[in-house]
Amino acid sequence: MKIGELSKSQSLKSVRIILSLTLFLAILIPDKIYDLSSMTEWNWVFPFALYLSVYILIGYDVLFEAFMDIIHLKPLNENFLMGVATIGAFSLAIYNGINGKPTEGFDEGCAVLIFYQIGELFQEHATEKTRRSVSELMDIRPDHANLVSNGETVKVSPENVKIGDRVVVYPGERIPLDGRIVKGSSSLDMRSLNGESMPITAMVGDTVLSGSINLISSLEIEVDKEFYDSTASKILELVESAADKKSKTERFISKFARIYTPVVVFLALILATVPPMFMGNYGEWIHRSLSFLVVSCPCAIVISVPMTFFVAIGVCSKNQILVKGSEYLEKLDNVGVFVFDKTGTLTSGEFSIDGAYPENRAEEIMRLASIAEQNSSHPIGRSIIQAYKGNIEKGYVLENRVGLGVVATRDDDIILCGNTQLMELYGIEFKGEDPHEGNIHVAHNGQYIGMVIVSDKIKSASESAISTLEKMNVKSVMFTGDREEIAKKVAESVGISEYKASMLPQNKLSELEKLMENEEKSGRSVCFLGDGINDAPALMRAHVGISMGSIGSDAAIEASDIVLMEDDIGKLPLAKRIAQKTVRIAKENIIIPLAIKIGILILSSLGITNMWMAVFGDVGVAILAILNSLRVYKIK
Amino acid sequence: MKKIYKLENLGCANCAAKMETGIKKLKGVTDASISFMTSRLTIEADEKDMDDIIDNAQQIIKKIERKCRIVK
Repeated sequence: MKIGELSKSQSLKSVRIILSLTLFLAILIPDKIYDLSSMTEWNWVFPFALYLSVYILIGYDVLFEAFMDIIHLKPLNENFLMGVATIGAFSLAIYNGINGKPTEGFDEGCAVLIFYQIGELFQEHATEKTRRSVSELMDIRPDHANLVSNGETVKVSPENVKIGDRVVVYPGERIPLDGRIVKGSSSLDMRSLNGESMPITAMVGDTVLSGSINLISSLEIEVDKEFYDSTASKILELVESAADKKSKTERFISKFARIYTPVVVFLALILATVPPMFMGNYGEWIHRSLSFLVVSCPCAIVISVPMTFFVAIGVCSKNQILVKGSEYLEKLDNVGVFVFDKTGTLTSGEFSIDGAYPENRAEEIMRLASIAEQNSSHPIGRSIIQAYKGNIEKGYVLENRVGLGVVATRDDDIILCGNTQLMELYGIEFKGEDPHEGNIHVAHNGQYIGMVIVSDKIKSASESAISTLEKMNVKSVMFTGDREEIAKKVAESVGISEYKASMLPQNKLSELEKLMENEEKSGRSVCFLGDGINDAPALMRAHVGISMGSIGSDAAIEASDIVLMEDDIGKLPLAKRIAQKTVRIAKENIIIPLAIKIGILILSSLGITNMWMAVFGDVGVAILAILNSLRVYKIK
Repeated sequence: MKKIYKLENLGCANCAAKMETGIKKLKGVTDASISFMTSRLTIEADEKDMDDIIDNAQQIIKKIERKCRIVK
């Protein structure tokens, strides 16, 4: 949709509104003071002609659309109903005029259309503005690529770049497509992708993601993913498609809207026909029923509820929280228990050596492990070397078994140092089974010696996140495969009272299901948080699955409902807060307009209010609801 | 299969809801959704029926909002 086109029609509409409002007041004020119908010999025809000119100026498009609705047999469209209401008001006034009675109704007909158009204009404008501002919040779309062809660079649209093409990214530009650096080195700002404020260094051979900004010097990149498949496009698509997955509230609104209009129109018909059968005075009852038609469009609700969720998704994206559907915000609001998978969420996944087990052989375990790991480039291996204070024996042949560990041999002396699979491969029997996969086991000449206990560092934000959640009346539970002692230590230091240790992957799922069953009894839901690497089943099974810091991992994003792009658990309370306020505002946007509409219906049927009040209340509450939904922008 | 289309000149939220209901009822459509805020139409249906469904969906949309069009 072209914005230029729309603002042109919007400005035309605003000119029409101002013009007709001025004209209207210029007619209405003298009419109310002097009564225009008594001023000329044409009686009521004089004011009628004046009001009619305003009516046509403000309403020609509404009347045209109403006419088209009749042709298409869609009598419950809003243009048609507004047309009937206002033409009805005019007809009643003409009828009264012919019969020599006072001609009220011309002003009402005009006022209804003027306010209706003001409401329409406001809605269009607010919608457009929201659409634009939400896409600005998600500002990672690359607008061009500098394609290298025949030794020159040509500016092209990123869609036209193919796998294997080379593109140049100048300093200050956004990387348009995912690829590998083939020339140059620079610093990259990846803040909009993962929230990381420190730039990262990128050199030849490094993989780079679209959406990051090149800071220092030009890079030449060989593209390895097409635009639609690149990181930036995928994130944008995720946010765009989030609005398709509608929340329960939105689905309820669609259903409600379907019955609301027919019911109100039906009531209007009854009001216009039944009471006058007994009491007479058809004119008065028809007049009252016209107010019903004025409030028969549920627009205020239908527009402001999706807008609330849409703005919320945008605000989340701005905070590097990707929400894959409005429905997940609703579910997050309803979460009573957060389940944290320890590694990668509460702890950083960076390693530190916590000693050895069994403790009486600690010196021997560390000495042997150091021999095996002395040339290691693996972070755990390096941590072991750092932790061991003694001398490291030389002269061993070190064989690195990828994914398993290291085998060190000197003559017939053999040291095995690695994970449980390495031990099994060599037929080593080891007791004290330890399900924590991070630990490093050591065997010497076929004998199991013990293990180096590896733990990962607790994230600094974990503790405050947990305590904030507690204040929000949400329970936190930690799941881990680690031994009881380690689990207890981590749980205590982050302030989680409930934890489950020594869990095998399949236990995680069944424990999660137990918690879910329990929460469902009280109508609440369970959210599972993981890093998405080996907890995909739990992420998918939970009512809401949140993965952390998983940008670039398609599988993790696929498995989760919400993605914290930044590896910052501190964003979790914010996400929960946004969800809570969004749902509350959405509910307000249903209840308040509905209450006002019902109020208007009651007062009009009693003849206390007229069409002036009806249109004023209806448009006013629509504007109020939209402004209310924009409050979501302010959530911090 | 799932297909996503942009809608041009979708001006009224209530109409979007009506279109969605209408399209959902079309033969062969497993699910359909229109997001007013993003002007997106998502249709899930069998691939062989897709072309017919899109034509019918366009008819429904046009009846509800005259200027609204599916961008192909």
